[in-house]
Amino acid sequence: MAFRVQFENNNEIGVFSKLTNSYCLVGIGGSENFYSTFESELSETIPVIHASLAGCRIIGRMSVGNKHGLLVPNSTFDTELQHLRNSLPDKVKLQRIEERLSALGNVVACNDYVALVHPDIDRETEEIIADTLNVEVFRQTIANNVLVGSYSVLSNRGALVHPNTPLSDQQELSTLLQLPLAAGTVNRGSNAVAAGMVVNDWCAFTGMDTTSTEVTVIESIFRLNDAVPSAITSSMRATLIESMT
Amino acid sequence: MDQIIHVDNAEAKPTILCCECGVAIEPNPANMCVACLRSHVDITEGIPKQGTLHFCRGCERYFQPPSEWISCSLESRELLSLCLKKLKGLNRVKLVDASFVWTEPHSKRIKVKLTVHGEVLGGAMLQQVFIVEFTVNHQMCTDCHRSEAQDYWRASVQVRQKSENKKTFYYLEQLILKHKVHATTLGIKPVHEGLDFFYATESHARKMIDFLNAVLPCKYQHSKKLISHDIHSNVYNYKFTYSVDIVPVSKDSVVCLSKKLTHQLGGIAPVCLVYRVTNSLHLIDPTTAQIAEVNSNIFWRYPFKSICNPNQLVEYVVMDIEPIMDKDRTFFPGQGAISSKHILADVWLVRASELGINNNTIHTRTHLGHVLKPGDSAFGYNLEDSNINDLNFENLNKNNVPDVILVKKCYSGRQRQRVWKLKHLTNDVTAFDTDANDYQEFLNELEEDPELRQNINIFKDTSKQIPVDTYDSVDHNEPYITLEEMLDDLDIQDVEMTE
Repeated sequence: MAFRVQFENNNEIGVFSKLTNSYCLVGIGGSENFYSTFESELSETIPVIHASLAGCRIIGRMSVGNKHGLLVPNSTFDTELQHLRNSLPDKVKLQRIEERLSALGNVVACNDYVALVHPDIDRETEEIIADTLNVEVFRQTIANNVLVGSYSVLSNRGALVHPNTPLSDQQELSTLLQLPLAAGTVNRGSNAVAAGMVVNDWCAFTGMDTTSTEVTVIESIFRLNDAVPSAITSSMRATLIESMT
Repeated sequence: MDQIIHVDNAEAKPTILCCECGVAIEPNPANMCVACLRSHVDITEGIPKQGTLHFCRGCERYFQPPSEWISCSLESRELLSLCLKKLKGLNRVKLVDASFVWTEPHSKRIKVKLTVHGEVLGGAMLQQVFIVEFTVNHQMCTDCHRSEAQDYWRASVQVRQKSENKKTFYYLEQLILKHKVHATTLGIKPVHEGLDFFYATESHARKMIDFLNAVLPCKYQHSKKLISHDIHSNVYNYKFTYSVDIVPVSKDSVVCLSKKLTHQLGGIAPVCLVYRVTNSLHLIDPTTAQIAEVNSNIFWRYPFKSICNPNQLVEYVVMDIEPIMDKDRTFFPGQGAISSKHILADVWLVRASELGINNNTIHTRTHLGHVLKPGDSAFGYNLEDSNINDLNFENLNKNNVPDVILVKKCYSGRQRQRVWKLKHLTNDVTAFDTDANDYQEFLNELEEDPELRQNINIFKDTSKQIPVDTYDSVDHNEPYITLEEMLDDLDIQDVEMTE
């Protein structure tokens, strides 16, 4: 199921929240509406945690994580780190990393098995990502953009990328990630898909501006409803199978 | 009609779904299909679709803010630029094309079709065509307003002369025409003893004053009347009036000077003849041919009146004339200039009306020795018999006053055709009534005095035949205006074009 939410009249909700299969981080806002939406949908299954990183609310762009772990930038305060450690489930590894590209959310896109990273990221960081998040790491660009974390959203069931991604790149990425993949937009034509939405394996949240067409694309590629897979998914699957054989 | 111009370089572009309607499209900066983009954004937003043009019906000109009026025909380049200047917000888009859509000329509507390029939603260029309708409103321009409201003036010059005849004004009219001083006048109004000139600004009136001071002996007074004022902006609205007084002495008058003034003018005799008027009065003493010049300053300090006016002239016949040699004349130290153009002569006269009846000749002295010869007629004033009321004259010793003062030679057979004419300021100004006796005298004076006519323009009268045998029929002593002095009038003849 996909939900439309807004963070203090801002549609870029991917900036202010981080959603994985084992926890959800929500930025501290002026009102609790944003938090409440997440809590009502997720609190039965995973913890929904108020968080800030280095005193900032833009936690979605500063951190990267999946069900195995969470990486936060070096600027994170000790108290914030302590709070996260207390709130996160025990099996989730929390790691602070020293990386020049400190907006980790913009330079890394990951699900529970693979991660796409910025081509210029440190070798050391790449290793920490692989160890902490238990993922295979690929240096990639998306539609000639190095900020893979901003222009792609991954879950274990599908991926949404920048609308300008050429078909050949889409097929390459799809093979790499072993996922059905679609080019699309959020928030009425916005290219920054990761900034406009968060997703895990059963649920997605998008900005309030997202049109029904966009929601349809998101729901079908991430298989969030029980309806039959859409044409995109089936055609993608065809290529997948073809490439595997 | 609309098209999307891609900014990015394209290589095997994927298709995405239009975020509004779900149609498969190539991705563009807005990620919307053209139809949705058009319904979503309007690049002509902020550009007015209607406007007003102001048009003056009187002079058929359009108003160009802030204060200009330009004449341009319908569907002309100038009108288009005027229309485009009226549209605010055109700087936000790129104007590609503009043209007129035909409208009825009398519909008071002007339609302009504009094609614009605009950037929307981060990089997509959209082209849009739209029509702006202008309403033509009537507004009278300031120039027409001024001419419509005939009393609309800021400054006036009131020229007055308290004299017996209007010759000065005929002369002034010709001077104005020659120097084109009337170009800035709004109106000329004849009043008793003078003329009123009206102007839009004070500086135009000042120019007129300067002109009058240069050509005529006069003084002026200045006054202003407060029409309105704004205490907040300190703006005062005045009507200015200049009152010009022309010296009330005309040419060929006899004046009687005060004793003080005669001393100042080099001991000239008190009874003098005005032989010329420029921006000062030129006096001559007929008994000694001594001359003096009185400018307006001196005149108003020691005012004097004319004791004989040209309408009192009497015709005399010269019986005998005898030039006076220099050795016979008396000079005294401190005496003013003596005219070298005139010859002093003793003359014996008989009134033309008494010729043959009265054999007693009158003896007098005259400065006209160079033109008179026995048998000629001359005009003069009979001082002896005239009743003169003048304070200066009464204080004089009457023995020193000549009985007759000759003024000018009288030419007979004067009523021949004039082959020249003068121009006039307007046809309906009654002050310049050309039928009056004064006017004929003025024309005669012009013929007699080359110095007078060198200041004015004389035109050939084409309606009258110039006599071929001029030299045979005309008495060569009689003054006339040579053909070289006349100008050809501008004559534009509109000949109908034939196919």
